Order: sequence, then structure tokens, then C-alpha cells
Amino acid sequence: MRGVSWRAGLIAIVIVVSAFYLIPPAERINLGLDLQGGIHLVLEVQSEKAVESKMSRYFTELRNRLSIDDIRTRTFKRDGLRLTVTLHRPGDRGRFLSMMQNYPDLTLEREEGTPPTFAYFLSSQQVERTKEQAIIQAIETIRNRIDQFGVREPTLQRQGERRIIIQLPGVEDPSRAKSLIGKTALLEFKMVDSQANVASAIERGRAPEGLQLLYEVSRDRQTGEVIERTPLLVKREAALTGDNLTDARVEIGDRFNQSYVAIAFDSVGGDAFDRLTAANVGRRLAIVLDGVIYSAPVIQERISQGRAQITGSFTLEEATDLAIALRAGALPAPVEVLEERNVGPSLGADSVRQGLISIIVGFALVLIFMAIYYKLSGAVAIMALLFNLLILMGALGFFGATLTLPGIAGIVLTVGMAVDANVLIFERVREELRLGKTIRSAIDSGYGKAFLTILDANVTTLIAALVLLQFGTGPIKGFAVTLSIGIVASMFTAIFVTRFVYDFFLHRTDVRSLSI
Amino acid sequence: MEIIRPDASYDIIGKIKLFVGVSTVFVVLSLLLLMTKGINYGIDFTGGTLVQVQFKEAKPIGDVRSALAGLSLGDTVIQNFGSEREFLIRVEKSSGDIKGVESVVKTALIKKFGKDAFEMRRTEMVGPKVGADLRQKALSSMLFALIGILIYISFRFQFRQAIASVVALLHDVIITLGVFSLSGKEFSLPIVAAVLTIIGYSLNDTIVVFDRIRENTRASRRAEFSGLVNKSINQTLSRTLLTSGTTLVAVLAFLILGGDIISDVAFALAVGIVAGTYSSIYVASPILLAWPEPARRGSRGKRSSAAKA
Repeated sequence: MRGVSWRAGLIAIVIVVSAFYLIPPAERINLGLDLQGGIHLVLEVQSEKAVESKMSRYFTELRNRLSIDDIRTRTFKRDGLRLTVTLHRPGDRGRFLSMMQNYPDLTLEREEGTPPTFAYFLSSQQVERTKEQAIIQAIETIRNRIDQFGVREPTLQRQGERRIIIQLPGVEDPSRAKSLIGKTALLEFKMVDSQANVASAIERGRAPEGLQLLYEVSRDRQTGEVIERTPLLVKREAALTGDNLTDARVEIGDRFNQSYVAIAFDSVGGDAFDRLTAANVGRRLAIVLDGVIYSAPVIQERISQGRAQITGSFTLEEATDLAIALRAGALPAPVEVLEERNVGPSLGADSVRQGLISIIVGFALVLIFMAIYYKLSGAVAIMALLFNLLILMGALGFFGATLTLPGIAGIVLTVGMAVDANVLIFERVREELRLGKTIRSAIDSGYGKAFLTILDANVTTLIAALVLLQFGTGPIKGFAVTLSIGIVASMFTAIFVTRFVYDFFLHRTDVRSLSI
Repeated sequence: MEIIRPDASYDIIGKIKLFVGVSTVFVVLSLLLLMTKGINYGIDFTGGTLVQVQFKEAKPIGDVRSALAGLSLGDTVIQNFGSEREFLIRVEKSSGDIKGVESVVKTALIKKFGKDAFEMRRTEMVGPKVGADLRQKALSSMLFALIGILIYISFRFQFRQAIASVVALLHDVIITLGVFSLSGKEFSLPIVAAVLTIIGYSLNDTIVVFDRIRENTRASRRAEFSGLVNKSINQTLSRTLLTSGTTLVAVLAFLILGGDIISDVAFALAVGIVAGTYSSIYVASPILLAWPEPARRGSRGKRSSAAKA
């Protein structure tokens, strides 16, 4: 029979290659998060907040420099992305403009009158750039935090303009990992104004000019529930921020076994902290993280070594995570969780077990049916089906595709569908035999006539699977992947391989009857 | 072994009115269900939070319900999931905050049952933005799949066959959705995958029949078309039942053994396979009969008058 040997060669190559990419299965087959447990998060960086905070930082900085340089102003106000300054003395114009050279991001819109009034704005180009930088920096920061947290093979991927997809396999405490990732970790030191009337600020619903109402929160160590919220009025403007840190570490206090975070400032931060503490001995300094006061200790003495401690009611784990977040730096803008899916490891293991059982049982049922209905030919089809599964798993290994729970559903479906081609061929061969054809010509025309039908039928399923591959995310994609590979592999095994088996035997021996 | 005798000749086309009637009733009932009862969309499409909790020992569902009462999480559905000690909690609310609604549920459960009494096995949170996105994507993917198949079938067969198969597909999808509405099962993202698979797979049998009709038409141009269709259906009946049968067997194994998370997918597939097999035999072919073949229309003469006789 023609071409038996090259076909045997091709089949052998496919077996070897599939096995090569499959073995060892535990390393070759990536399990999806739904099977091995883990977190899938989609975050959206609220990049417009980075623009807002940039403007507010410029505003504060400029006000400080104006007062340092003794440039007096009649008005100095900010309105969204716009800044308006009216100088008090016309003669300050030159010094003012040269100071503004340090802020190339701000575009001069107009200058009018004497003394001159200047209007600056942040151009839309600058706004876009700031947003883009915020996203890039957020991804970098989150990557740092995850690395320090210690996750095996995390993936971080930007999606679209400002979304980030994060996958953390095998994380045991999802809420801890999540709060570490999503924490903005904006650390600010703000002076407490103990003179101001807190009660009336609460009553009126707003703080006096230049101040801000924040709460000092203490939590239950067990449940994390808030036990007490103490309102405090603090200066709106931060005296110092976490930008100036060089290090943050967890330490455990001698007396109450209380964990705290020890921080070290860089030289700029250290000097500022030195000046701040020297000028405010006996007053309270609020340590604010993401808008919540962790603690507000009284400054006992001037601190000049550039070191400080953040205490508060947190557990050792929380202190560890806070230290990581502070070391990795603050997110340039807060993030919002758009989507979250996490699966515990025990549930994943259950799914793997149930999935395997269904594949085996499904396979066994199809096997029994085929063997009874088509006898030896059924056995040939079953062998092809086994081969199909081998190729399917090998292809998963080769492409580095991820096997998910719906992916297992795709495999089970493949088990049921892959024999369809053989059913079509066998029924056709039976028909031809009934017409009185010889075995060889019945097989020839059986395969020949069924081929296009099988192709058409499979292509339509493949079209649906490919659409799904485009549309699906995560687990669904896994289904589309196994289904597509299963269909393509079944064309090879159910047609090419089984044909080879028949040709091989018809070629070697004088077959008088066909078991079909 | 044979399930259908080779010389079987059921008069399917003769009873076509009956089958078209049955299909119409099912489709209309499904549409009515979809319009009145609607589909129980899961959080993938509505947004919300889903938490799967396993307790160390069986807990009355009332206890879980009372633990979560008064949390103001919106519409809350609590149901047993697989066993007496496992629950699925679905709440309407989602939160963009990193701690999320999940932690609110967890805290409430700790308060009532203690820290070590349970394990949070699964959490899914879908924000409203993503929910809308997914809805959009699900719809367009079904549309794309249908168009892709329409094009392929028109290319391989004729346009009328393409239309007939797409009508059969719609029949299958509508009935599957109708059964979903009736059962009240949650319609989630994986179910969309199942429906897409049904779109692809239920066509297989239709193609087998169409192929045979084409072959028989070539072999005997003179035969009456309806008789030819009837003959083709009979000739392919056993393979239609067998191919669907093997797939159904595998899917049923998965439905029973695959676990609760994915069982709805298997359920949708099973319904779709059954509907798809039925429609290949009783829906797609009658449409072909109702729509005269262009080639035959071209040569009106003895043949077409014979066909009418």
C-alpha cells in the first residue's frame, strides 16, 4: 500500500514530539488560577487623580517659594488645572518669571495689567503625559510590592489605557495580598491643630481654612473591625511625605510586643524632619496613611538622626506589609478594583480531581460504546482518541497554554466529539460494504466520501471556538484553547491515523472480513 | 450492532407539519419565558459579589442568612452549594475598594461563627463597568460566530442552506436559553462559552444531512426533492444519533461528576446537543423544502411540475 512508511514516520514523530512537550506533566501543564488557587485582579489606575495631585503639589511648592523669595502677591489661586497669580509689586515680574522657569509643565496663558496678573495652565499634552507616567509608575510600584511579598510566577499586564491585570497563583491569604497591592501607601506627616474646635468642625461638616478633619482609627486585632474613631483637625498641607524615605522595616517593641515600622529619611527628609520636630516640641504630629491617621504622638524632643517610628494598632502582618508598601513607594494615583476572582487552593484541588474523574469516566463510556458498536474498528477509534488526548496535552505544553476548569470541560467535550469523525467514516464504510464492495474499496470510499463532511462539520465548531478565543478572558479562553486543539487534533487522529491502521493491516495481511 | 436498520425509511417529511409545530411551540414557549421570567444573569453581567464559603460542619442556612442580615449589601441570595456545609452567597453590591464586599461578608461571618469555623473558598467580584463590558462582548461574540458560520456555509453549500442552518441554530440557542430561564440557573460567562459551542457543534449533524442531500441530488437529478430529503435524513439518521450520543454521554459524565462550579456549563451543553440533534433532523431540512432550489427554479418544466404532483 502506498505511503505506509512515511505515514508511520509522521505518526511516530507526532507521538514523540507530543510526549516531549508533555513530560513531566506537572511542570509542562500550566494550571489556571481556578485549578491551582490564586487571585485574578483587574485594577484601574485613577490617573486623573495623579494630575490633580500634581497640580496641588505645584500650588503648595510655588506658595512656599514665593514666600522664601519674598515675592508678594495680591492673589494666588488655583482653579482646577489653572493657576492665577497677581503680583503685589510690578518690579517682581522678572524674578517671578525666572522662578517659573523651574515649572516648564505649566504653560503661560496670558499676562495682563500692572501690577501684572499671570494665568498658567497645565496643557492637555501635559495632562496626558502625567496620566501615562502615573500608570507606568503604578505598574512598576505594584510589581515591586509583589516581588517583595514573595509570589511564585506572578503576572502583571497592562490592559487598554489604564487597566492592570494581575494574577497571583497560589496565594493563601487573598485579602492580605490584595490590600498590599491596592494600598496607595501615601504617607504624610501633618501637624495636629489642638487649638481648633473639632466638635464644631464635625457639626458644620467642614474644617476651618487650611485644616482638615481626619480620624485616628484603632482596630480590633482579631477581626480588623474598627473599634474607635477619634476625630482630629490637622494641617491640610503635609509637613513631610513618604517620598523622602530610604528605608522602612518592621520592628517589635520591647515593652508590649507591639510591632511598629521603623522608617529612615533621606538627607532632605531628615533635615526637614529635624526642623519640624525642633520647632514643634510638645505638639502632636499626625502620621497619616492614605487619609487615615495611624497615630498622632506628641513630639517629645527634636529628632535629628532622620529616623522615626510609625506605631498604631496593627498586627505583625500588617506592619510587614506596610513596610513593604513604604519601601516600594506610594502609588502615584489610587487604584480601583474593577474585577476580582480568587479561588482557594482546596477548591482548586477539588476541581482538578473532579475534572480528571469526569474525563476518565467520559472516556470509559465512549470506549465501551465504541467497542460494542464497532468491535475492532471501535478499538481503532479509541486508540485514535487516546492519541488525540496525547496531542492535546502536548500542544498545551508546547504553547504554554493554561489549563482551566472550563478547559477541562473542553477536553471532555473533545472526548465525546473526536469519535464523531470515526462514526461518520464507519457508517459510510458499512454502507459501502452493504452495497457489496470489497473491504479495500469500501474503506477507500468510506474515508473519501466522509472526509469533506467531517471537514465542514469541524470547521463550523472551530469558527465558534476561535470567536471564543478572541472574546474570552482567563478561564473561558482555556475552554476555547482545548476545544480548538482538540478539534484540529481529531482531524489528524480520527482520519489520518485510523486510515493508516487500516492500510497497514490490509497491506500486510489478506483480510477477509472487517470487524466494524 | 445497529440502532437504526440500514433499510429504515421513516416518513419524516410526511409528518413535517407535526415537527414544525412542535419546534414552533418550544421556540415560542422559550421566547415567552425569556420575555416574562427572563434570564437569571450572574454577577459576570450584572456586577456584584459572589462568595463561596465552606464551614467545618453543616450549618442551617437560616444561620448564615441571619449573620448577613442588616449589612445593607443589596439583594442577597444565599444557597447551599453541593453540601450542607457549603454555601454560595451572592450579593448585589460590588466595591471598587481594595478590601471589597468580600471582607464585609467575612467579618460578619467571623462575628457569628468564629474565625476558624469556615473557609472562604472562592470570591468573585465584578464591578458595574466590567459587567457592562462583558455583556457587550458576549453578545457580539455570538453575533460574530453566527456570521462566520453563515459565511462558511454559504461558501461550502448554498445561501439557502446557510440560512436553514442558521435558523436551526437560532432554534437551538433559543431553546437552550428558554430551558435556562425555566430552571432559573445562573447565566454566567462560562455559559456563553457553552452557547457558542452549541452554535458550532449543533451544526455538525445538519451538515451531515445537507451533504447527503447534495450527494443524492447529484446522483438522481430527477427524483422528487422532498422524497430525496426524506431519504437523506433516513440514511444519515444512525450517524446523527450516534455522534450526538457519544458527545452527550461525555457531557453527562461531566454534568454528574465534574463538580458544582462547572455543572451548569455541562447542563447547557447537554440541552444544546439534544436540541441541536432534533433541529438537524426536523428543522433545517423542512426549511430547505420551503425554499425552492435556484437551479431547479431556472429550468421550470417537467421536473418542477412533477415535484408539485
